[in-house]
Amino acid sequence: MLKIKNLEAAVEGNQILKGLNLNVNAGEVHAVMGPNGGGKSTLANVLAGREEYEILSGSVEYDGQDLLDMAPEDRARAGVFLAFQYPVEIPGVGMSNFLKTALNDMREARGESALDAMDFFALIREKLELVNMDEKFLSRAVNEGFSGGEKKRNEVFQMAVLEPKLAILDETDSGLDIDALKTVANGVNAQRSKDNAIIVVTHYQRLLDYIVPDFVHVLSDGRIVKSGDKNLALQLEEQGYDWLKNESGAAVAA
Amino acid sequence: MSDEQETIEQFTKSEYKWGFTTDLDTDFAPKGLDEDTVRFISAKKNEPEFLLEWRLKAFRHWLTLKEPTWPNVKYAAIDYQDAYYYAAPKEKKELLSMDEVDPDIRATFDKLGISLEEQKRLSGVAVDAVMDSVSVATTFKDELSKQGIIFCSFSEAVQEHPALIKKYLGSVVPYTDNFFATLNSAVFSDGSFCYVPKGVRCPMELSTYFRINAANTGQFERTLIVADEGATVSYLEGCTAPMRDENQLHAAVVEIVSHKGADVKYSTVQNWYPGDENGKGGIFNFVTKRGICHEKAKISWTQVETGSAITWKYPSVILRGDDSVGEFYSVALTNNHQQADTGTKMIHLGKNTRSTIISKGISAGKSNNSYRGLVRVASKADSARNFSQCDSLLIGDRCGAHTFPYLEVSNKSARIEHEATTTKIGEDQIFYCNQRGIDTENAIGLIVNGYCKEVFRELPMEFAVEAQKLLAISLEGSVG
Amino acid sequence: MANESVFEECKQWYLSRFQAFEDSLNGGAELPFHTTRKQAISRFSELGLPTPGNEEWKYTNVAPIFEQKYEVAAQSEADTDVDIGPFTFGDLSRNRMVFLNGTYSKELSSFSSEGQGLLIGNLSELLENDKVRAHLGRYANFTDEPFTAINTAFANEGTVVYVPSGLTVKEPLHILHLSDGSSAPFATNPRNLFVVEDGGQVSVLESYHQLAGGSYFNNAVAEIFVGKNARVEHTKIQQEALDAYHIATFNVHQERESHFASVNIDLGGRLVRNNLNVMLNGEHCETHLLGFYVGSGVQHIDNHTFIDHAKPHCFSNELYKGILDDHAQGVFNGKILVRQDAQKTNALQSNKTLLLTDDAAINAKPQLEIFADDVKCTHGATIGQLDDEALFYLRCRGIGKDMAEAMLRHAFVADVLEGIKDGALRETIDAKIIDRFTS
Repeated sequence: MLKIKNLEAAVEGNQILKGLNLNVNAGEVHAVMGPNGGGKSTLANVLAGREEYEILSGSVEYDGQDLLDMAPEDRARAGVFLAFQYPVEIPGVGMSNFLKTALNDMREARGESALDAMDFFALIREKLELVNMDEKFLSRAVNEGFSGGEKKRNEVFQMAVLEPKLAILDETDSGLDIDALKTVANGVNAQRSKDNAIIVVTHYQRLLDYIVPDFVHVLSDGRIVKSGDKNLALQLEEQGYDWLKNESGAAVAA
Repeated sequence: MSDEQETIEQFTKSEYKWGFTTDLDTDFAPKGLDEDTVRFISAKKNEPEFLLEWRLKAFRHWLTLKEPTWPNVKYAAIDYQDAYYYAAPKEKKELLSMDEVDPDIRATFDKLGISLEEQKRLSGVAVDAVMDSVSVATTFKDELSKQGIIFCSFSEAVQEHPALIKKYLGSVVPYTDNFFATLNSAVFSDGSFCYVPKGVRCPMELSTYFRINAANTGQFERTLIVADEGATVSYLEGCTAPMRDENQLHAAVVEIVSHKGADVKYSTVQNWYPGDENGKGGIFNFVTKRGICHEKAKISWTQVETGSAITWKYPSVILRGDDSVGEFYSVALTNNHQQADTGTKMIHLGKNTRSTIISKGISAGKSNNSYRGLVRVASKADSARNFSQCDSLLIGDRCGAHTFPYLEVSNKSARIEHEATTTKIGEDQIFYCNQRGIDTENAIGLIVNGYCKEVFRELPMEFAVEAQKLLAISLEGSVG
Repeated sequence: MANESVFEECKQWYLSRFQAFEDSLNGGAELPFHTTRKQAISRFSELGLPTPGNEEWKYTNVAPIFEQKYEVAAQSEADTDVDIGPFTFGDLSRNRMVFLNGTYSKELSSFSSEGQGLLIGNLSELLENDKVRAHLGRYANFTDEPFTAINTAFANEGTVVYVPSGLTVKEPLHILHLSDGSSAPFATNPRNLFVVEDGGQVSVLESYHQLAGGSYFNNAVAEIFVGKNARVEHTKIQQEALDAYHIATFNVHQERESHFASVNIDLGGRLVRNNLNVMLNGEHCETHLLGFYVGSGVQHIDNHTFIDHAKPHCFSNELYKGILDDHAQGVFNGKILVRQDAQKTNALQSNKTLLLTDDAAINAKPQLEIFADDVKCTHGATIGQLDDEALFYLRCRGIGKDMAEAMLRHAFVADVLEGIKDGALRETIDAKIIDRFTS
């Protein structure tokens, strides 16, 4: 589904990604871990198409298309979803209007007809339940005045509504207490299927107790320096990232 | 409430601490102002022809100007003919060392708490002391000159570095600029000059201490600071004036040129005599301060204004070069009948230029305190940013606090944010302090200092301490 | 210099038109109010027109208005063949006063509201009414205001609403001004007076539209008296022709515990100036001033507001927003004065502008003048563009760039529109704004 080859990217003149390779197939959950500043959020933002990130070289193929060549909305319509680390507040744009516009734009792109108000609200209610959110929050503006936990739940809620093929969760666990974390994880797990893939970007192993990954990658200094199964995450939790530095040094030397 | 009222009364009644005069034999220019006065000053200072011509052009232009007026600033008309435009201590031979400075003058500075010796010994501050227009002593000159830094009185610079003066004088504040700057250009008596060569980081804070001593003398300093490419300098200006019944005019001009990559920081603590509690006497402080930033240069103005009967000044920055930065941090405190109309102008001409304005106005007694500022973004100044925060604190219900920001923006990538608030010192805050054993007077001092913290932390350490003390003294009187 | 001669000519023109106007009054010149008119024209001849040297007109040059000579609108009976359908607001316009080129059209107007002592009508017919005489000219001071002086000198047509004590006018009143500038340039001077006595309540919608383009100049003045514990909601929507000039001055006088809410929307006009002056003359008053404008082409839109807090315990809230495209220019001058007596004042002001091009410009001057200490006053001004972060977020959810931008522009207006209490009216205006964005 997703093939990232030798990706190099920079932001404000600083190169962050330095030759990253990653393949993700349908049905898989990949966890990308690593120290702060290693490039995790950059990867997430590059995949979503944020303009400040400059692609220096490499390619990203998504479902046979050149993802890097697509506008952010076209990526979204093709099924790429980014759960933001810091969702922006958009005063004046109501949640339900926002979701309806997004959903119907997406349906139109897929050649489906727009949902009418009844069907839309039926869908919304179902998904709200999934993340344990009150209906009242539909009348609020997008993320405006939301607590940290509410913002994260809102991201997962939108993911549930938009049903992406490839979801990228950027530090969706940070700042959540354990109950909120479980809610978020349940929301995500409900969407796991053989057709979808999920990339979980996280600094901590904690979330992976609830969203069990098929693969774990360590992203450090702009490259994947080690890959493994879920046990790698546990090992990282115990030993930190320092031991990897020697290994990666060795890998580069080799 | 009545206790507070009493404290306020006492506070307000505190007298001007710096009100003493020094009995010096003074050399005056004839009273009044005409072309001859200008020629007299120029001749007295043995100036080159170009400077006399410049002064005369300024004087002729001044005759065509009308004195400006502003809402919320009121004062009796100034008789420009009824003042001395030149006054210098008569004793004036070459000073070879600090020991040769007139003991009376030394004593005056000692009373002000800036003993040259002490400054020299303790704080490593180079002081260019200006008493009634003439620089009487310059310390640390030799040390600075080793690095090619020129720091001397303006008169000296005219004699020794005429090319630099000719090149930069009036380049930021032209003699046609405004009524008071034009007057200054015609009759300026002395001031400070500073030049920091390419790539040099000035190793110490440079400082000028102004003091108006003789009666009925207008004082017209002219300060010129040039930081060449990549140079860094921090300049301090402090002012006090003795107590006098008649208002004295002070119309200074400060010009700063910050070349490519240079960084100039200019800090002022002004506590000139504000007049008595009935509004009698005090300095009229009409000052033009402006700097120009070339590419990647920075100019930062910090001011603490607690003195003068009227303060009228807008330290400004012309952000001509791309990526240049302008800053303005100000605390203006008015008490009794003081009037302050101060603020800044940030003129964004280059791309990616940034400016920050933090203004804290504190009004007490029957004073009026206005912030007046301009942020202009020209149509070519892509991605300009400005943030302004203008806060006013009112102490007592007979004072005024006013905010007049002008925002003129004609570039779509500009981001301009202006915020202003007006509040009073909360009785609950004072009560809380009282309850913890702090008396009302100290509580006010504490709260006001906290309120001004953002500005104080921009000041060099020794200045910050002085500023806090000044604030406490000038504030003596607060909360209703 | 060019300005000076334009202004002098214009002044002479107005003076000569005043004589013609007097002649056309058919005995109206015998009424006591005519003395006020004469004082006003004489004051105008002393004042002349404001130059940019005048601080209140620093950013707005009125000279272009007077580059042509306007016929001061004739008093002849208005054309009744006009289809007002496109300019009505559904049920909201059942109660309406219609003016064509400044002249009242009885035929096109209709009334559904009634109540003991309620008075709604055209000014010229009510000049002798005691209630009108008690208030007319009391709040609109022309001493320093040349355009108020001109309006007062020519005041004859306009809407009078008198709401007696305790009466709630259930249906809103729509004042509809239609202008057709396709023949000769003309100037109108609509003069409105709304008096709402103690405990009364009324909602007024004032709208200005073009029937056909061309150059014309509407110079409106309204006086609004809000009695004790009375409530007035005033919504104005201005959609003049893009070569028309529009100056509107509102003088609002509030008594204690009264409530005044204004929503002011400008979508049209070549040069537009709104002066909104509110005097809070009693304790515990509440004032809401909301405004929104869109400027494109070479439009110049200037909003001047002045809130005078003269008494304690009042609350005022002001929010003005604008979007400027092409070469459009915006001006916002918001002044809040808190007088020495006005302790416990709470005044909020916010001004936000979006600049869509480098040729567009905004000059903003939010001012606070505070003479009382126990107050809470804040103002904020921001100038910028659509939030890139928000735009990206929307696009990441699959919303196209144009749509996302439109949503954000619309969101930008949302909090101003929330000030319109009537849902149907809000939606109609909302639709007009969306039209304006896409036009």
